[in-house]
Amino acid sequence: MARFIIRRLLQMVVVVFVLSLMLFFWLRSLPGGTVSAILGERATPQTRAALTKALGLDQPVWVQYWRFVERAAHGEFGTSTRVLPGADALDIFLSRLPATIELSFFALLLAVVLAIPLGYLSARRAGSPLDSGLVVTSLVGVAVPVFFLAFLLKYQLAVEHHVFPVSGRQDNLSCTRVTNFFVLDGLLTREYDCSVSALKHLVLPSLALATIPFAVIYRITRASVLEVLGEDYVRTAESKGLTARVIRGRHVLRNALLPVVTTIGLQTGGLLAGAVLTEKVFNWGGIGNALADAFEGRDYAVLQVLILAAAMIYVVINLLVDISYAVIDPRVRTR
Amino acid sequence: MTATATTPRTGRPGQEPLLSVRDLRVTFRRQGEEPFTAVDGVSFDVRPGQTVGLVGESGCGKSVTSLAIMGLLPARGNTVEGTATYDGTDLLGLPPDQMRDRRGRDIAMIFQDPLSSLNPVIPIGLQVTEVLERHRGMRRRAARPLARDLLDRVGIPDPDRRLTDYPHQLSGGMRQRALIAMALACEPRLLIADEPTTALDVTIQAQILRLLKELVEETGTALVMITHDLGVVAGLCDEVNVLYGGRIVERGERHELFAAPRHPYTSGLLASIPRLDGARGAPLTPIPGSVADNLPWESACAFAPRCSQPVQRCTAETPRLEESAGRALRCFNPVEVTR
Ligand SMILES: Nc1ncnc2c1ncn2[C@@H]1O[C@H](COP(=O)(O)OP(=O)(O)OP(=O)(O)O)[C@@H](O)[C@H]1O
Ligand SMILES: [Mg+2]
Repeated sequence: MARFIIRRLLQMVVVVFVLSLMLFFWLRSLPGGTVSAILGERATPQTRAALTKALGLDQPVWVQYWRFVERAAHGEFGTSTRVLPGADALDIFLSRLPATIELSFFALLLAVVLAIPLGYLSARRAGSPLDSGLVVTSLVGVAVPVFFLAFLLKYQLAVEHHVFPVSGRQDNLSCTRVTNFFVLDGLLTREYDCSVSALKHLVLPSLALATIPFAVIYRITRASVLEVLGEDYVRTAESKGLTARVIRGRHVLRNALLPVVTTIGLQTGGLLAGAVLTEKVFNWGGIGNALADAFEGRDYAVLQVLILAAAMIYVVINLLVDISYAVIDPRVRTR
Repeated sequence: MTATATTPRTGRPGQEPLLSVRDLRVTFRRQGEEPFTAVDGVSFDVRPGQTVGLVGESGCGKSVTSLAIMGLLPARGNTVEGTATYDGTDLLGLPPDQMRDRRGRDIAMIFQDPLSSLNPVIPIGLQVTEVLERHRGMRRRAARPLARDLLDRVGIPDPDRRLTDYPHQLSGGMRQRALIAMALACEPRLLIADEPTTALDVTIQAQILRLLKELVEETGTALVMITHDLGVVAGLCDEVNVLYGGRIVERGERHELFAAPRHPYTSGLLASIPRLDGARGAPLTPIPGSVADNLPWESACAFAPRCSQPVQRCTAETPRLEESAGRALRCFNPVEVTR
C-alpha cells in the first residue's frame, strides 16, 4: 500500500510538471495579455514596453518558464497583477481556498446524502412512478446549465422572495475567524449565530453546485444497485433468511458503492468548473471568483497557482478514491 | 389438468414426508410476451433423511422449482400455484417475513457457482456467523468458534485463518465447502442443492459429493439434489424425479430407475452418460434435438419430437403421470423392460 501511494505521488509530480509546461505556454499565447489588461488598449507603446520589461514578459517564453520553475522551487509563485495587485499569488490561493472548500463540501454532502438513498430506492422500485420521476429529474439535473440554475435560484428565492441571502458567505456579524471555514468557526468560537448565517448563505450556492454531482451519483447508484440486486450472492443472502436490513446494508450497498465511490471522486474534481460559475453568481469570494477574475485580467501568476493547485487536488482526490476502494474491496487490497 | 395431485409412494414407507410438493406451477409473465409456464404441475415428496434427485436437461425447470419452494423467485413477473407443505405448513402461502424466518434455519440452499454465490467483499467467517446471528440470536463473537468448527467439519484446512479470508482467496472446492458450511450452520432439516458441483473440476466434484453424502447421513438432513448429471444422482439419491419441459416424466427408486428406465427420455439420459464400467470407446448416444423442439404439453407429449419410439398418440394427447408400485411414469409407449 505504501509503495502504491508513493508511486501515485511520483505520478502526480510528473502530471504537475507537464501541466505547468502546457499551461505556461498556453497562457502566453492567449490574445490580449497582462499588459493590455492592466493598461488598457490606449496606452502608449513606451509605457507598454516599460511594463512588459518590468514584468519580465519581454524574455523568450522558455526563459520565463525556467525562472518560474526556479522560483517555484523556493516556494515563490509570483505576484498578482490583477486579482489583488502586488499580493503573493500563493497567498491569494490559500486565502481563497477555505471559501471554496466549504462550498464544495456542502454541495457534495448534499449530493451524496440525497443521491445514494434515492438511487437505492429507485433501483428497488425500478419501473415505478417514483423511479421514473427520479430518473427524469436527474436527466434535467445534468442538462440544466449550472450558471442558469444558480441564477434562477438566486432570483426566485433570494431576490423575489427573501428566503435566503442574495450573495456572500455570511452576514456582517463581526465573527471571529479561526479556520476561515465559517460554519466551523462559529461552532469553535460558540458564535452560533455566525454558523447559522453561514449555513443560510450556503443553501442556494450548494444547491446549484450539487445538481450535477447529485444527478450523476444518483444514476450510478441506481444502475449499480440494480446490477448488484441480480447477483448470486444477494440470492445466497436471501436464502440464509437474513433480515432485509442486513441484506441491504451488508450485501447490496457495500458492493454497489464501489463504482459510486469512484464517481464521487471524479465529481469532486469536476466541482471546480461548477464552482467558478456558482461563485460568480453568488459573489462567493472563493477560488472560483479568483479564477474568473485572473483569467479576465490575464493574471498569469494567479492563474498558474490556481490551476496547478487544482490539478494537484484532483490527483490527490483520485488517490483517496483508490485507497477507499481498497478499503471496501478486498480483491483490490491483496493485489 | 393432467398432472393431478398424486401421492408418490416411494422412499421410506411409514414416515410422514418432511416436504410435500403438490401441483407446483410457476408461470412467468412478461409484458408483451406470452406467459411461460416453466414448472407445470410438479409433485414430489421428501422424507426426513431422504435424498431426492431432480434431474433433467438445462431449462427443464429444476432451479425454478427449488426457488419457488424457497420463496426466492423474483418478487414480480411470475405466479406460483400449488402447495409445498413443510412440516405441516404450506411454505407457498406463508407471508414473506415468516418465510424469511425459516430460510437458513429450517430449509437451506446451496447454489451452482460458488464464486458468484459468495459476497466478494465480506470475509468468509462473517458470511457463516451472520446466519447464526440471525437464527440463533448469537453474538458475532460467540458465533465465531462455531463458524470455525463448521469450516473444519466441511473439510476446510486451517479454518481459523480461513475465517478472515475473502472468497477470492479460496479455491473453488473450498468455496463450495464454505457455502455448505453456511447452509448447514443452523442444522436445517432440509437442504436443497442446485447443481452444487457443476462449476467445479471433476476431481473436486467427487469430493464435494462425498462430503454432502457424509453430512446428510451424519445429520439426518433431507436433501433435494438438483442436477442434469445422472452420474451425480447415481451415487447419492434414494429416489429420482426426472423432469422434462417443466413436468415430471418419470420417478423411481434409484436402483430400479437405473436398472430399468421406462421413459425414453430417462433411457436416453442414461445412454448419454459416460460410464466407467462401459466398454472402452463405446459410443455415447446423446438425445437428438433440443428443448426448442418441444410440443406443448396441453395437447401432446412435449418430448415426442425427440423421442426414439413415438407412437401416434404422443402428438395428439397429453400423457398422464401414472403411478404404480413406487414408480411413476408419463408415457404412452414406455421402454420395454429387458430383464
Ligand atoms: N425470472 C425468469 N423469467 C422468465 N423466465 C425464466 C425466469 N427464470 C427461469 N425462466 C425460464 O424457466 C425455464 C426453467 O428455468 P430453470 O432455471 O428452472 O432451468 P434449469 O432446469 O434449472 O436449467 P439449468 O440446468 O440450466 O440450470 C427456462 O426456460 C428459463 O428460461
Ligand atoms: Mg438451474
